[in-house]
Amino acid sequence: MDQSGIFPETEHQAVIFDDGLALDCGRRLRTLTVAYRTYGRLNDARSNAVLICHALTGDQYVAEENPVTGKPGWWDRLVGPGKPVDTGRFFVICANVLGGCMGSTGPRSPHDDRPDQPWGTEFPTVTINDMVRAQKRLVDHLGIDKLFAVIGGSMGGMQVLAWAAMYPNAVFAAVPIAAAAYHSAQNIAFHEIGRQAIAADPCFHGGRYWSEGVKPERGLAVARMTAHITYVSEAALTRKFGRKIQDAAELSSLGDRFEVESYLNYQGSSFVRRFDANSYLTITRAMDLFDIAADHDGQLAKAFAGTRTRFLLVSFSSDWLFPTAQSRAIARALNQVAANVSFVEIISDKGHDAFLLDEPDLFRVLSGFIAGCAEHAGLA
Amino acid sequence: MRVDLALIAGMIAPGSRVLDIGCSDGTLIDYLFRQQKCDARGLELDMAAVTQAVTHGLPVMQGDADTDLATYPDGAFDYVVLSRTLQAVEKPREVLRQMLRIGTHAIVSFPNFGHWRLRLQLLLTGRMPMTKTWHRMWFETPNIHPCTIRDFFALCATDGYKVEEWLAADDEGARAPWRRSPSLANVFGEQGLFLLRKA
Repeated sequence: MDQSGIFPETEHQAVIFDDGLALDCGRRLRTLTVAYRTYGRLNDARSNAVLICHALTGDQYVAEENPVTGKPGWWDRLVGPGKPVDTGRFFVICANVLGGCMGSTGPRSPHDDRPDQPWGTEFPTVTINDMVRAQKRLVDHLGIDKLFAVIGGSMGGMQVLAWAAMYPNAVFAAVPIAAAAYHSAQNIAFHEIGRQAIAADPCFHGGRYWSEGVKPERGLAVARMTAHITYVSEAALTRKFGRKIQDAAELSSLGDRFEVESYLNYQGSSFVRRFDANSYLTITRAMDLFDIAADHDGQLAKAFAGTRTRFLLVSFSSDWLFPTAQSRAIARALNQVAANVSFVEIISDKGHDAFLLDEPDLFRVLSGFIAGCAEHAGLA
Repeated sequence: MRVDLALIAGMIAPGSRVLDIGCSDGTLIDYLFRQQKCDARGLELDMAAVTQAVTHGLPVMQGDADTDLATYPDGAFDYVVLSRTLQAVEKPREVLRQMLRIGTHAIVSFPNFGHWRLRLQLLLTGRMPMTKTWHRMWFETPNIHPCTIRDFFALCATDGYKVEEWLAADDEGARAPWRRSPSLANVFGEQGLFLLRKA
């Protein structure tokens, strides 16, 4: 069914794999579409490729204006000419994740059995590993045997870890930022609130909202608002809003009263314009299922046995969603296999979102790490 | 580079795998990589120093010698270096044991509490000595486990470590001429530098 009334249709650069993709859940997608963007030029040796992995609600428009929102690329502070990930020097790739809603195969794509309808909630359960397999197909398609670096924050960091565990010989350097080797019970709990909010929206229609010409906007907005609180720190909320009260003709229990409320409402409403609720369900579930150690007899170190990849782990001091302890646990697991690992906790009051924000120490550390790796890789 | 770091570098065979504990801004590992083609890595407690080191492209992780050495596998390194840090760790004996578990060799330097200036101050004033090296009051010094060169020899003997090489150095780290006699070195050396392996 035509969804154009519900979602603004944007053409995305994509590659289609007609042989599909086998998924962790045991099912197989008959065709696989991977939407992606590239920046910079692949060198003759094909040795300067950097893959950027986006987070839960990110997309492939990492370093250019987003065609849907009109906003700058989500990591354009970090990726671009002369930036820490220098597109004048590296060939940067970023793909929309499997399950996403920006052109890659996901719940909005045509159903394998009923191509006139989207998958909706019938879209198979995907995992972070499945997302990485889809990216690997793209990287192979681009003729790249070995990525110079794989970099990502949050869920992007999970993908980086999965890359290093699944394709160790295809990753020279790995940079998981504000990441974890598994999704914690607390994080799953927050995701579940979001999912329940979406499901409880009368416009959800059991996930077949497209057939009614509506979207579960309230539910998705509440999901986003809840999640957003987990992305920031108490200190940052206090610094930005404190207990400031907005001008209001009268006080009511519903309706914005405190500034932090209208801020959250804005976060919610701007999100629903660009994101598909079923994708949100699919991707949050993929994050919940993530547990690298579980795939390796419960031992995280085993996932990286014999690795030659150089790692940089970065955490932020005020991040309580993916706290420093999680990154430290990964660093220690990498120590167990004598891997080459750098690990930095950056002092910031901006919470989990710090990885997307202006954090000069992050830029400095990443630039230095990349320069050091380039020297070791003979890319100088 | 600090003179004592140069002395340490001189003990390390080219091309070795090295872990520098308390590596600060990574000067030694940078030197070992560039000049001696070593696979050198660092562990450092102070986050500002770690950030500085990683910014220079050096593989350094933030961590604590007392807790993090246990996470490395046996024999992961040819040399494990601990310079001017032994006296500041929580459990020096355990740290030393871990160093010689994860590395074939341990290189340890520490300020010598047996130096004559310290002995004289304690004797004459009856107060904890204050020198260029020992310059913080007893209640705020991070150096909670001072030892002398002879103490260190004794610990090596007790725990079965072979002293392959040792020397005393002055405050700047330059080699002092006391290498024949531990007793003289214990009086006149401001620092002890030891290359150990398991006996």
